[in-house]
Amino acid sequence: MRPLLRFWPDLRSRIGVYVLVLVLTLLANGIQLIVPVITGYIVDGPIAHRDLSGLWLPVLGVLFIGIAEAVGMWARRMVVAPVVSQWEVTWRSRLFDRLQYTSVAIHDSWESGQLLSRAVNDLSQLRRFFAFGLPFLLSTPIVLAVGTVMLVIMQPVFGLIMIIMAVPAIISVAVFEKHYRETSRRSQDTMGELTTNVEESIQGIRILKSFGRSPWAAERFSEISTRLKSLEIRKAKLDSWLWSVLLLLPTLAQAAIVAVGTWGVIEGWTTIGTVVAAVTISMVLRMPIEMLGFLLADALMALTAAGRYWEVIDIRHDITDTDGGVDDAPEVGRYRGKLRFDDVDFHFADTERLTLRGLDLTIEPGQTLALVGATGSGKTTLASLVPRLQDVSAGTVSIDDVDIRDMPVNELRHLVSVSFEDPILFSTSVAENVEMGAPGASEEEIWEALEIAAAKDFVSRLPDGLDTQVGEQGLSLSGGQRQRLALARAVIGRPRILVLDDPLSAVDVDTEDRVQRALREILPDSTTLIIAHRPSTAALADVVAVLDEGRIAALGTHEELLESSKLYRELMGASAKADAHTYPGSAASAKEGGTP
Amino acid sequence: MSMPRLESDDEIESLPPDIAKKARALLMTLVRPHLAMAVFLAVIVVLTAALMVIGPVFIADALDQGVPAAIDGDMDPLIRAVTLFVVSAIASAVLAFTSTRLVGITAQKILFTLRERVFTHVQRLDLGYHEKSTSGRLVSRQTSDMESVQQFLSYSLFDTALAVLQMLFIAVTLVVLDVPLAIVVFAGFVPLFFITKAAHSTQRSAYRRTRTSIAKVIVHFVETMGGIRAVQAYRRQPERRGTLSDQDARYRDANTDALRGVAWFAGWTRLIGNITQTVIIVIGAWLVIEGWTQIGVLAAFILYLRRFYGPLDELVQAFNLYQSASAALEKIAAVLDTDPEVVEPTQPQALPAHASRDAAASGRTLDLDKVRFAYADGPDVLPRFDLHIPAGQIVALVGATGAGKSTLVKLVTRFYDPSEGQITLDEVDLRDLDDAQLRSSVVMVTQESFLFAGTIADNIRIGNPGAGDDDVVAAATAVGLNAYIRRLPDGYATDVKKRGGRLSSGQRQLVSFARVFLADPDVVVLDEATAHLDIPSERLVQDALATVLEGRTAIIIAHRLSTVEIADRVLVMESGRIVEDGTPDELISGTGKFAQLHQAWRDSLV
Repeated sequence: MRPLLRFWPDLRSRIGVYVLVLVLTLLANGIQLIVPVITGYIVDGPIAHRDLSGLWLPVLGVLFIGIAEAVGMWARRMVVAPVVSQWEVTWRSRLFDRLQYTSVAIHDSWESGQLLSRAVNDLSQLRRFFAFGLPFLLSTPIVLAVGTVMLVIMQPVFGLIMIIMAVPAIISVAVFEKHYRETSRRSQDTMGELTTNVEESIQGIRILKSFGRSPWAAERFSEISTRLKSLEIRKAKLDSWLWSVLLLLPTLAQAAIVAVGTWGVIEGWTTIGTVVAAVTISMVLRMPIEMLGFLLADALMALTAAGRYWEVIDIRHDITDTDGGVDDAPEVGRYRGKLRFDDVDFHFADTERLTLRGLDLTIEPGQTLALVGATGSGKTTLASLVPRLQDVSAGTVSIDDVDIRDMPVNELRHLVSVSFEDPILFSTSVAENVEMGAPGASEEEIWEALEIAAAKDFVSRLPDGLDTQVGEQGLSLSGGQRQRLALARAVIGRPRILVLDDPLSAVDVDTEDRVQRALREILPDSTTLIIAHRPSTAALADVVAVLDEGRIAALGTHEELLESSKLYRELMGASAKADAHTYPGSAASAKEGGTP
Repeated sequence: MSMPRLESDDEIESLPPDIAKKARALLMTLVRPHLAMAVFLAVIVVLTAALMVIGPVFIADALDQGVPAAIDGDMDPLIRAVTLFVVSAIASAVLAFTSTRLVGITAQKILFTLRERVFTHVQRLDLGYHEKSTSGRLVSRQTSDMESVQQFLSYSLFDTALAVLQMLFIAVTLVVLDVPLAIVVFAGFVPLFFITKAAHSTQRSAYRRTRTSIAKVIVHFVETMGGIRAVQAYRRQPERRGTLSDQDARYRDANTDALRGVAWFAGWTRLIGNITQTVIIVIGAWLVIEGWTQIGVLAAFILYLRRFYGPLDELVQAFNLYQSASAALEKIAAVLDTDPEVVEPTQPQALPAHASRDAAASGRTLDLDKVRFAYADGPDVLPRFDLHIPAGQIVALVGATGAGKSTLVKLVTRFYDPSEGQITLDEVDLRDLDDAQLRSSVVMVTQESFLFAGTIADNIRIGNPGAGDDDVVAAATAVGLNAYIRRLPDGYATDVKKRGGRLSSGQRQLVSFARVFLADPDVVVLDEATAHLDIPSERLVQDALATVLEGRTAIIIAHRLSTVEIADRVLVMESGRIVEDGTPDELISGTGKFAQLHQAWRDSLV
């Protein structure tokens, strides 16, 4: 019950409306009891006595109650509609926001579809429950209680029959509840799995098509979808047990009332009139009892949905400002841009193995450092520490000797601009994608950034230039084009610290060279950490650091390292080829050309 | 510039005019295989409805006849009536038990079929479609829209039939009881008809809006979570939240409108029912007083009337679930209605068998004959050209971004069909090959190195699902991935999303390579495939590649030119044309574009 009770603050904020809904629901049930009484009175009274004048008042009563019932029904739905629709949207925005500030490591550990199915399927289940299930679930017991009390007052024995009947009903509900809750949880989790599978099968479509593996993907999908089917069928089977029990019990109670009642009439402790009245009341009670089964199933699904919702909301945010929150627009101080890693350890949350161990590295303000290392050596992990997409496990990363964990997260991210190895573009215009790096940048600045990233030419040839829609919903660009736009976004606004994670892997050497030179010329003051694979990139850097076994194995200029580090020579492909192809002076001349 | 035809978001989302008809046709094809079950369920419906009407008769009989008789000492009528009542109650319960099960099972079977159909169809759609559509939108078809259909199938199809039948039984009873009064009751259906008609059109548009707006919410959600690194690094949270609020506000309004539409519809229906009841009482009273009708008849009439209008509430509910489901079905039907432009042949031809075992290791000949390519009515991306690649040749494709390399490769792998001309593999047109044969013969390694949920071994096995463990290890070893995988906590069984399974982009690329090793195709196409690798890894892959390409035809898009070292032939492309064609040595020693590029590349090395 707890996950549902946690929605109390939301319910409370609209408690007036919700109580009105409850009252209207109760009234609707009450009217069911009143109308037969009045029509009975009309038939037995005015009509039986052929008294037309006595007819008008009760008929007006029936008319009035009829209109009131219709209006009440209309009002209940009208009132509840905007409230529950708003709730669904509010909950989704809370979920969305929680996830937006959840660290990348935690995101990676969730399947994407599990998040989406919570945000969509579970919340719409909750909306339906709060709109319909809950008011009826709350009013039904009241109706049943009133009905039972009426029976008890009429004749305690009849009341007792109803209460005895409740015992097997409660037992079956208890058995049902346990199984249904478990099945419903598994079913909703499977729905999340299915969502992930669909997402992957579309995002990985090129690979599936390249290898002709769509049948394989279909088989995987089929496996999950079969599982979902059997779980849903299991739910239907559980429903069928409970619903038929709840259908049978009240009718058996009615039969019992008739039988016992007759005996009572013969014995003289009750009258025929009382028996008839008791049967009538039990008839009215049948409907809510039958509905109880459906309401219970609905409530259990809502309970599961609520549990899944709170699991996301309860994710602890570990990358925050010092006060535990995240300020969206903190004041940005002035920094020179000295970036320092001090005795840094890093391991992923679910493993003890250190990716980085005791790493020390300092990049002076305005300096460009190229980070090289073998595939899988932890370069990307190191880069992700700077904008605090992940936090160090031990040691510190500091800017101008301020521990980055002591700065507001978004001040840090304002100072640090990143470009990722997998370029991420959003579904909007080229201009807006680039402008994200420096909100409010002028068109001129956008073009400048595009020029640095060697993207100016191709952007100006796009159908709508800067306004061309890109991203998943727009024009499909090549890998190299996307990388260059992502790079333009990183360099716009001349950030204090620039972290470039292999930003041009899909670009030809010529272009890469142009970009490197432009970076040095136009952004001489930015402290730059660039992950590189190519000698040409490394040669342009002020310092090169070699990452190996989680620490900096060698540090120096390109030329120094070529001299001193065997590992570096291997990484740069120099050990085998250096003798075969020597190109003396090429690196040095590049450097001359690149320094303003 | 290579670019597919652009369509705005709403154009893709817009539905063909006859979509409502198509959605209904889709529903019919889904229900048809379950016709026998439907008939059986119909029988259950009839029995259930009959029991619902009869049950109260037994208890009335028990009260009217049984009890007085029992008081007089004759227990038989009472026992008989109560027994009949109990039997009918048990029968009702058994019927409810059966129908709940069968409806649940049938609904799930139908949904299963629909899900599979959408899934396979989406897989069949060509790359052109996928490049225009977003994953989020297709995900919303499979999740949110399916949920609407499920709600309808599970909760209302059976109930609708039951409600209609119940009303029918009672209507007959009413006519039998008193014709003039029955006519008054049926007169109530005239306004009801118009109200239903009005509700039909308003609800339909409201539900269509909910479907469209929730799809946009899903697209935004998927994009934000997929790009969470950039969202956080560039502090996009407030803006992303704003967009979600805008889109969700539209969804909320559409939903509120739909729910309020139900309110009006349900309210009017109930009002008409209640007014009819009042009119019946007045007219009935008048008829009785004038002596035209018996008083008992009127009493029974009023009793049944209440039960006559009862099922209408359920019908209103079912009507709305139907509207919501049909809006969802329209969206689904629109996806199913999209035909892939690249279609499988109806009468596939087989590739000629390799003459001998030796010949099997010689690749296949690829011919592009008078090929021209343009997106829809756009300008030519590749103007008409011919290209002959003999079996076993390794071709390097060189040129600036947008020169047309990727497009050429997409034609060879039949991701697109040429606008003109034909492409043949060993003289068989690619369009005459069935997909399985084409894909086992021609394999492409794409720029992206996407990993699917599952183990590392599973991911390598995409190259050949039938491969044994040894083959997987051999492939990983060939690309230099084996040592790394061995060090993982669960080795090859490590889940790529879980503990220890996080691969760097370089390692993911190695996985893509290992897939090709397993696939063992005749023709290999590599698209900028070594970009994320450090030089030693790249060398390792290239050495391995040299071995695996031995005796295969290969086209390699080379940005780094190191690949050219293993190529027999180099094609330089510019603005969609092949401007240089020759062996690497010829071109390097020449004065053309490639000679310049090659010099720049050599300079970029140490």
